[in-house]
Amino acid sequence: MNDSGLSEFCKWLAATPLSHTIQSAGWIIPTLQTIHILSVAVVFSSAILVDLRIWRLLERDVPLPEIARRFLPTIWPVLLILLLTGSLLIVGEPRRSLLNSTFYLKMALLAVAIMLTAGLQRSISSSSIFWDKDRWRRMAGQFAATVSILVWCSILFAGRWIAYTQAG
Amino acid sequence: MQQLQDFISYFENSGLADNIRENDVLFPLIESMHVVAICLVVGSILVVDLRLLGLASIHRSLSRVTSGILPLTWSAFAVAVTSGLLLFISNATKYLGNGYFVAKICLICAAGLNMAIFHGISAKDLPRWENETLLPLPARLAGGLSILLWVSVVICGRWIGFTMRVQ
Repeated sequence: MNDSGLSEFCKWLAATPLSHTIQSAGWIIPTLQTIHILSVAVVFSSAILVDLRIWRLLERDVPLPEIARRFLPTIWPVLLILLLTGSLLIVGEPRRSLLNSTFYLKMALLAVAIMLTAGLQRSISSSSIFWDKDRWRRMAGQFAATVSILVWCSILFAGRWIAYTQAG
Repeated sequence: MQQLQDFISYFENSGLADNIRENDVLFPLIESMHVVAICLVVGSILVVDLRLLGLASIHRSLSRVTSGILPLTWSAFAVAVTSGLLLFISNATKYLGNGYFVAKICLICAAGLNMAIFHGISAKDLPRWENETLLPLPARLAGGLSILLWVSVVICGRWIGFTMRVQ
């Protein structure tokens, strides 16, 4: 879709009854954003806790598979809440995100984060010593954990930055 | 009161506050760090609260959960307070006039008080019961209250952005 097509789409979306409802009451967007950020807190903290455990920075007395089982499964249902609140926010203010390159950066980073987290979850559950077999595996695990921390943080930064880069 | 006002305007008129106010990148950057830190504080404290309520991490004793998680909570809280103070001094007078900001600070103090009361009074005989799945009522109350308070902190924080025009 070219830029003007996207602009037309935003115009159409902003004219839908749902968008009108979201725009009409001043409390709806802040409420959606609050639910969104609380869900981000859950997903982000879960991922970071596992990443920090891979670095042996916390809960060293608990085996990694147990930490992964405790925290990673929470991420997936909460991501659905994020998808829902995020979609409603787009419907309410289409131009704010759909015509904003920061939003696409955030989505690209999210795709990376989801693949990384799913990969970590699968590898840890496939073998309890997957990231502990030898020195190289440990280093690879620490590398993956570092990338995960950086990508998740970038998602939060990009999310905040959408507010500062929106089209007029 | 006058002294407090002088104290606050001293920081608000400082070069640092001026920079945060005027620079296009500095404010969003500190704000993003604040959001990252708040998310970690709320997310990690939720792990402890859910253990207090007996809803998660039930196979570990309370003190093992807190000693594992709280270092992260406190580190994140330090970043949240530092970044929050920097944002505050950039527009101190406006923030102090915003009801949601004042409420947010009160709620954070209440969350601290809740924790202090739990540790000081309710948790005196902690070793006796901390391995149970279902903890005594004061512990469950402290956990539930903590969730309510921190969720309210986030609600107020988000509402500040809609009720106050900074730039």
